[in-house]
Amino acid sequence: MHQDTRFGLDKKTQLLGPVQLDSGAQFAPVECAYETYGALNADKSNAILICHALTGDQYLASNHPVTGKAGWWTRMVGPGKPIDPARHCIISINVLGSCMGSSGPASIDPVTGAPYAMAFPVITIADMVRAQALLLNHLGIETLEAVVGGSMGGMQALSWAALYPERVRSAVIIASTARHSAQNIAFHEVGRQAIMADPRWNNGAYYGHEAPSAGLAVARMAAHITYLSEAGLTEKFGRRLQNRDAKSFGFDADFQVESYLRHQGLSFVDRFDANSYLYITRAMDYFDLAEPHDGILAKAFAGTKTRFCLISFDSDWLYPTAESRRIVHALNAAGAAASFVELSSPFGHDAFLLEAPEMNRIVDGFLRAGESR
Amino acid sequence: MTALRSDLAIIAREVRANARILDVGCGDGLLLAALRDTKDADARGMELDARDVATAVARGLSVVQGDADTDLADYPDGSFDYAILSQTLQTTKRPDLVLDHLVRVGRQAFVSFPNFAQWRMRLAHMFGGRMPVTEQLPHTWYDTPNIHHVTIDDFRSFLNERNIRIEGQWFLSGDKPRNERFANLLAEHAVFLLRRD
Repeated sequence: MHQDTRFGLDKKTQLLGPVQLDSGAQFAPVECAYETYGALNADKSNAILICHALTGDQYLASNHPVTGKAGWWTRMVGPGKPIDPARHCIISINVLGSCMGSSGPASIDPVTGAPYAMAFPVITIADMVRAQALLLNHLGIETLEAVVGGSMGGMQALSWAALYPERVRSAVIIASTARHSAQNIAFHEVGRQAIMADPRWNNGAYYGHEAPSAGLAVARMAAHITYLSEAGLTEKFGRRLQNRDAKSFGFDADFQVESYLRHQGLSFVDRFDANSYLYITRAMDYFDLAEPHDGILAKAFAGTKTRFCLISFDSDWLYPTAESRRIVHALNAAGAAASFVELSSPFGHDAFLLEAPEMNRIVDGFLRAGESR
Repeated sequence: MTALRSDLAIIAREVRANARILDVGCGDGLLLAALRDTKDADARGMELDARDVATAVARGLSVVQGDADTDLADYPDGSFDYAILSQTLQTTKRPDLVLDHLVRVGRQAFVSFPNFAQWRMRLAHMFGGRMPVTEQLPHTWYDTPNIHHVTIDDFRSFLNERNIRIEGQWFLSGDKPRNERFANLLAEHAVFLLRRD
């Protein structure tokens, strides 16, 4: 059989666009890096789009080209998993603004022949979704069986359901929110300031020179704390010292938790672009799904036929259960078919990326029920 | 399929086909699944217990984790043909407010509860001098989730005060239906179909 080259691993395509951005600007052309797993069925009804989080990418279920590590959600996606290439055509797209092949500040601006850097337009979550919709057009997929995402991926899944309700039969939103809170914005601002305070940042024009790795590492360290729970950190590190028997009375990484965070920061800078971090955190901070609907979230879902499944984790203080409940309240008010459960986990926000059998059981049942309709 | 508890069987029998239904305190979704499968209902649920919610969602039902005492307020008036509260009324903090919401959210409401004035309960009180522990209400006084016991006559007088109309009533002793005569003394269970006037 003739192989459709639009589908498969490590794909990249240029979409003509333009994408009409929330800022008022238009963006074109749109480079789009993505992967697909599993075959599209004859009536094109088994496509599932999985949206990645802030520092995620399209390498959902295949080895990462930079780190060599396994895909970031192999616990949810793979043979015998709730999202299974044997049953589903799974699509994973690097978001607009990122740095793994889709258009972002590190991409070459065709007008100047140099990287966009800060000339890249400020984008929103909805803009990311609009670009993804262009790619689905390119793949010939009109309707998605489901859009699934955790954290910022959940924001995209919500935006998909709000922007293209007729294209989304089911949406799974895990550990996410319909708006960034003041606290969420505050943490992101710390990260951005760390990057911009690094002299190597040079107003974003560091391509071809040393990258602002120190600033980006600090941004990652601060953010990483928000992905874990206090109890989780205590259990993992407590006050234990790192490779030493006594405090050094200096500013080395005396404590294991310091050493761990430094490692998280350092390993992050090898695979992520500092300017992308600025742009994507900005997009998240601008996210408030109710804003274009007079502040009434239910209006974002008025008349929707999409089925929704929301999952939160009790130890997640970044996007706490109350935020998921707020979405559920709006969905109930809109008369949407919605399921919601708060699961128990000691691992904080990151719980959705870890082993969570109950989460898998719920997602599996929810998707199968949609398939049998 | 597992046979439905007798009060649920009455509700499952009485609802119209193709109705929109909210089951408040739906447990793991047994009634909702039956209503979906036998009555083509658009069946939704609310349940406090996370494990039960997970089971219900895995069954393909739309169930939200929520508390009847606080979360019914989010549903618009008349958003369901039926709101169902089975064996849950006596566990709520404010049964009066829950019932107000129930007949507001549902155009009709089914409510079922164990009758605390049934003769066995009365005997346990009168001769045992102890809080009744029966097959229907198996908990001891300190660990019971049933914090607002109610009798059939209490319930009727409450409905009367609130101008809530009774559109159907069924009484049970064990699994067997019984008539309305002396229900407050003889029935172990009551099921009411209600509508706000």
